[in-house]
Amino acid sequence: MARNIQSLERAAAVLRLLAGGDRRLGLSDVASTLGLAKGTAHGILRTLQQEGFVEQDPVSGRYQLGAELLRLGNSYLDVHELRARALPWTDDLARASGESVHLGVLHHQGVLIVHHVFRPDDSRQVLEIGAMQPLHSTALGKVLCAVDPVAHAEAAEGDRKALTPATVTEAAEFEQILELTRARGWGSDVEETWDGIASVAAPVRDRRGMPVGAVGVTGAVERLCPGGELRPDLVAAVRDCARAVARDLGAGRF
Amino acid sequence: MTDAHTAGPFIAAIDQGTTSSRCIVFDTDGRIVSVDQKEHEQIFPKPGWVEHNAAEIWRNVQQVVDGAVAKAGITSADVKAIGITNQRETTLLWDKHTGEPVANAIVWQDTRTAELCRQLGGAEGQDRFRAATGLPLASYFAGPKIRWLLDNTPGLRARAEAGDILFGTMDSWVIWNLTGGPGRGVHVTDVTNASRTMLMNLETLDWDAGILDAMGVPATVLPEIRSSAEVYGRAASGTLTGIPVASALGDQQAALFGQTCYAQGEAKSTYGTGTFLLMNTADEPVHSENGLLTTVGYRIGDQPAVYALEGSIAITGALVQWMRDQMGIISTAAEIETLALSVEDNGGAYFVPAFSGLFAPYWRDDARGVIAGLTRYVTKAHLARAVLEATAWQTREIVDAMTKDSGVELTSLKVDGGMTANNLLMQTLADVLDAPVVRPLVAETTCLGAAYAAGLAVGFWPDTDALRANWRRAAEWTPRMDEATREREYNDWLKAVQRTMGWIEDKE
Repeated sequence: MARNIQSLERAAAVLRLLAGGDRRLGLSDVASTLGLAKGTAHGILRTLQQEGFVEQDPVSGRYQLGAELLRLGNSYLDVHELRARALPWTDDLARASGESVHLGVLHHQGVLIVHHVFRPDDSRQVLEIGAMQPLHSTALGKVLCAVDPVAHAEAAEGDRKALTPATVTEAAEFEQILELTRARGWGSDVEETWDGIASVAAPVRDRRGMPVGAVGVTGAVERLCPGGELRPDLVAAVRDCARAVARDLGAGRF
Repeated sequence: MTDAHTAGPFIAAIDQGTTSSRCIVFDTDGRIVSVDQKEHEQIFPKPGWVEHNAAEIWRNVQQVVDGAVAKAGITSADVKAIGITNQRETTLLWDKHTGEPVANAIVWQDTRTAELCRQLGGAEGQDRFRAATGLPLASYFAGPKIRWLLDNTPGLRARAEAGDILFGTMDSWVIWNLTGGPGRGVHVTDVTNASRTMLMNLETLDWDAGILDAMGVPATVLPEIRSSAEVYGRAASGTLTGIPVASALGDQQAALFGQTCYAQGEAKSTYGTGTFLLMNTADEPVHSENGLLTTVGYRIGDQPAVYALEGSIAITGALVQWMRDQMGIISTAAEIETLALSVEDNGGAYFVPAFSGLFAPYWRDDARGVIAGLTRYVTKAHLARAVLEATAWQTREIVDAMTKDSGVELTSLKVDGGMTANNLLMQTLADVLDAPVVRPLVAETTCLGAAYAAGLAVGFWPDTDALRANWRRAAEWTPRMDEATREREYNDWLKAVQRTMGWIEDKE
């Protein structure tokens, strides 16, 4: 068996000790209980404090478990929380762009649509919440693959079916597109999933910069790409929306 | 982007709400340009009492108006009108000469007038004024709150009778101050707010002398009743000096207006802590046989008033909060959907949240909450389903009562409020109502309604058809439940409701 790292073992022991009851412990309590030199115990506590795993009471100087531990246990962002936070911003994006808006997260080997705002005209549309979209060809999927290593692995190892003549299926070219998506901070799909349909998407990140989903607009290629190029104003609006949702995720939940 | 944000003109809407005051600036498409908001203190002097400091509210209103205009980066020249919507029934008396409130405002939730209401009902009971006002004698409404202040503030009745005291709900207070306050302020209210005082006759749309007499409220304190959309006066100070103050609507009526429910049978439901469902009944006040309130929906200028039936549900979002805070089964409100989606159905469980009795259409204060149909099979996920279904079934009961009273079938339900983010709830609602449920693109329907009414008054928009054209569907849920399932589930729900009744027995 490989040798364990002693300082990590000691840090774990400190955390277990602090978790042992509804109490705060002073430095000497921690040191004597664990049989550590005061200086060693202090070093461990200070490091844990910097990481947010331990907090020190400013008055008594005693230590207790920190909020970061709680966050670790709950770090999974509920998709329905994501929808609730995104709702006003996606409404605004639909109104500003005149196109439909989708919010997607990685689910198994695809993009699960967790929120959908209709294109703001009077046409009949069907709510697509709960539907799955392909990872390798949609703007939402490509954005997720570009920023989330789990999504990337799914798409890289999965079957990249040609859905239209424009679908990118070849591995090297797919990687290049992800590279571009990462570099510019947004992804696109111009008739690569559905004939006549284009979309633009950007990643939504949480407070710590972790990708939690992607948001994008989808519409007729003639409207989104007049003259063959995606409208830059649409790209800007999508990215603004993604940033606004990210701000909202940082503000309240954590 | 076709970004109209930089180009005017605009309408500023003030929402003087129960917990905060807000101002939203809208453009001609009804799109939000800027928002500013400030909370005010909730004052609880005794159990059951809830008060607001009206001076604080007026200061906050001035700040949020300035804030919203500044955030929009516009000047008063770009603003065509100011609209007002407000928490309903909250009651204030103030000195006409100094503008000083004689006491804190008594908030609609305050129950101090419950005993007074029983006394006022006398032998005829709580429906004594229902035929004239559309309301039962309950502690929410403003009239008995005025009487309480007059009875319990030394010397106040004499000052009121001498004409030195003014009464107003928050619309009147804001308009009076906005138009100049002491000596200059316009003392008015709109028909929708007046219809919540229990002092206005629904047919004449004027103060009812007989009720004023019975209630002991001198006519000298009352504001003039005006329509919901007309120019009452002009702002006399602040950033928007000189701009017409051109609408006032109670918050639920403003949401009805903002949701563009302008035709008979159109209804909106606002899902928050509780739920308020209003249905347009056109120019006829429909008197309810099923425990609903009859109220004025809106009145545009000198056009005939449009009436509405109102049903409220005390506990909807509050039940989700209860699952989170009291039961600890979920950690955020949104998680109720995640948990509920982990199972196919309610597992036979039904949750009737009659926490403080049953409201419309039953009105049983001896009822208490029940979870029925429990077996060992039932998990917390089934209960999460039952929690969401409780909101849907309670809505169905209100809608059924409205159909009975008005004879009009609901064709679709327009929804707003925080719970519309819950996709499963919205789908369940469509399923149990057997009607489409639609969510508009602008969630701020209350402010939008005030902006629409003010815009109509100054010709910013030509007519309600133009407002309808602004309405955009953001989502629509269509019924997917088969008839047999719906009827069986409804029957089970009604059985569960029966089991809540008679829990509280007379203590004698």
